[in-house]
Amino acid sequence: MDYIPNILFAILLVTGIAFFTKNVKKLIRNIKLGKSVDTSDHTSQRWKNMIAIALGQSKMVVRPIAGFLHIIVYVGFIIINIEVLEIILDGLLGTHRLFAFLGGFYSFLIGSFEILALLVIVAVFLFWVRRNIIKLKRFLNPEMAGWPKKDGNLILYIEFVLMVLFLTMNAADYQLQQMDVAHYTKAGAFPVSQFIAPLFQDMSVSSIIILERAAWWLHIVGILLFLNYLYYSKHLHILLAFPNTYFGKVRPKGQFDNLDSVTKEVKLMMDPSADPFAAPDENAPLPEKFGASDVMDLKWTQLLNAYTCTECGRCTSECPANITGKKLSPRKIMMDTRDRLEEVGKNMDANKGVFVPDGKQLLGDYITNEELWACTTCNACVEACPISIDPLSIIMDMRQYLVMEQSAAPSDLNNMMGNIENNGAPWPFNQMDRNNWSKES
Amino acid sequence: MENELKVPTMVELSAAGQQPDVLFWVGCAGSFDDRAKKITKAFVKILNKAKVSFAVLGTEESCTGDPAKRAGNEFLFQMQAVTNIEVLNAYEVKKIVTACPHCFNTIKNEYPGLGGNYEVVHHTQFLKHLLESGRIAVEGGQFKGKRITFHDPCYLGRANNVYEAPRDLIRKLDAELVEMKSCKSRGLCCGAGGAQMFKEPEKGNKDINIERTEQAIEVTPDIIAAGCPFCNTMMTDGVKGKDKEASIAVMDIAELIAQAEDL
Repeated sequence: MDYIPNILFAILLVTGIAFFTKNVKKLIRNIKLGKSVDTSDHTSQRWKNMIAIALGQSKMVVRPIAGFLHIIVYVGFIIINIEVLEIILDGLLGTHRLFAFLGGFYSFLIGSFEILALLVIVAVFLFWVRRNIIKLKRFLNPEMAGWPKKDGNLILYIEFVLMVLFLTMNAADYQLQQMDVAHYTKAGAFPVSQFIAPLFQDMSVSSIIILERAAWWLHIVGILLFLNYLYYSKHLHILLAFPNTYFGKVRPKGQFDNLDSVTKEVKLMMDPSADPFAAPDENAPLPEKFGASDVMDLKWTQLLNAYTCTECGRCTSECPANITGKKLSPRKIMMDTRDRLEEVGKNMDANKGVFVPDGKQLLGDYITNEELWACTTCNACVEACPISIDPLSIIMDMRQYLVMEQSAAPSDLNNMMGNIENNGAPWPFNQMDRNNWSKES
Repeated sequence: MENELKVPTMVELSAAGQQPDVLFWVGCAGSFDDRAKKITKAFVKILNKAKVSFAVLGTEESCTGDPAKRAGNEFLFQMQAVTNIEVLNAYEVKKIVTACPHCFNTIKNEYPGLGGNYEVVHHTQFLKHLLESGRIAVEGGQFKGKRITFHDPCYLGRANNVYEAPRDLIRKLDAELVEMKSCKSRGLCCGAGGAQMFKEPEKGNKDINIERTEQAIEVTPDIIAAGCPFCNTMMTDGVKGKDKEASIAVMDIAELIAQAEDL
């Protein structure tokens, strides 16, 4: 009978991790629906980016208040996970405070966790205030209505509850240690929870033990639930920020990819020895689609971007088009890409892993032409993203589809392109007048 | 003075068996737009004064393809690029200077993949080099005490991380450099990039150039300095829209330097 809690714990742990693994596999499958892209270049720069931007949070602090609060929650998350390791081992082995043998160092660790937990509670509260009381504009754009807003708050509530459970567990433990209850050996330092412990002093030992056990179980179950919540939430960024900053753009922001498929065609057109009347090779593969109208036309790194986005809205708040009231919101581009990708993934789940065309696509059903044409390609969104997401590249790929596959450019742009084709300038001036300025006074 | 612009073309120099040190890529705006032509001429005056060995392609130059590429027309972009690269390579061009950040970005970053490899500099970088190597000397008298704010062109700043060259030049003018709320890597676009210059904006509640001009007006400048012919147009329109053209001038860095030199 003594082993029942251990077995129950093992079942919970394995179930929680197995379910999470299943969703991670789905995530990887969905991301792999994107086109391949060579990311073997600039290896050392990529590692540096990951260390500075994801691990070092260098771009978060561009906005000091949110950056500082975020670092508290981030550091708290990483460091308190050391404690989770102990909790898991205790749960499996039926021990209590397994690492207590570390002595003074253990006290230092537990003490640090407690202070961090308190700081996280404060930071999470301030984040909640920013979203719900101060109502910062970037949390209220139209794309945040409904689930995204709830998701943002839910994450804060979960983190708050987890930290409170952690401190309650420690407070009860501390109280039991003070009462010299067997099994609760004196270990750890409790700079925060020692102030909560007096609340329990009038309770019976058995009640405090129940409280301690309840908080302990709820805390670890909460963590397993939170782990599994990630996949359904914007909160995936805590994991994906690392690969995303590694695979992020390493070339100058102004450098847009040259489409290889177009280069082939252009070389052929420019080649004087090419026979324009040659019959096409019957075995030749179908010509590649130019640009992107759906998520499968994007590169896998762009799909990773979409899953990594945590909807902070820094991109949108810096976007000149959005600031001046246009429909374009770079955050919405990322959210739409993710939502469509999820829809495609669910379609595959329902059809034995094969995508059955559903008559929908990213272009039109999610992202409108109006949004795409409002972009000035200024890179403000790319610069603003704290985890190297590139909404601009998706906008550009979709513009390419509109222009090269659908000839659906605004007529002003068609005029501009006609001019370039005819006279080598975006305006209707004669090429032969190009140097006239040098003769004018 | 004004009539003495010396603008050799590559074809002339090549016929004379000469190779200039640097090719001045004028760009479409610099060649055809009345406002931008003034920038082109100001820059050439400085080049002449500093006795820089340069040439232009003249009628052999053609649009880099930037607006076509940003509009989504990769075909047209690559056609333009390949044609231009053929001309540049035929003249064995090694170094290019341009007063247009869009041409600068495209030739520097997007031509190498198509066979065009050159050292490409923006005219503010080139001017800074001329100044530092003593080939031009600037006396700031004219601009002493003037408040100048620099509007970062997206394709020079964020796109290529060039923030300091234009600012160093402004400081050399003895002027007071004042920064707008959004500057450098967080600079606000003028609204012209991504081929927006050639179309009407989408529906919204304000034009982007007005938003940017308001940011500039907040720091009460005498001059808004620009480093891009398109930004120049947008900011000039913005200043007019705000009825400030009597008190705020929009000038390119090259024009400031040329004026400081009394050219």
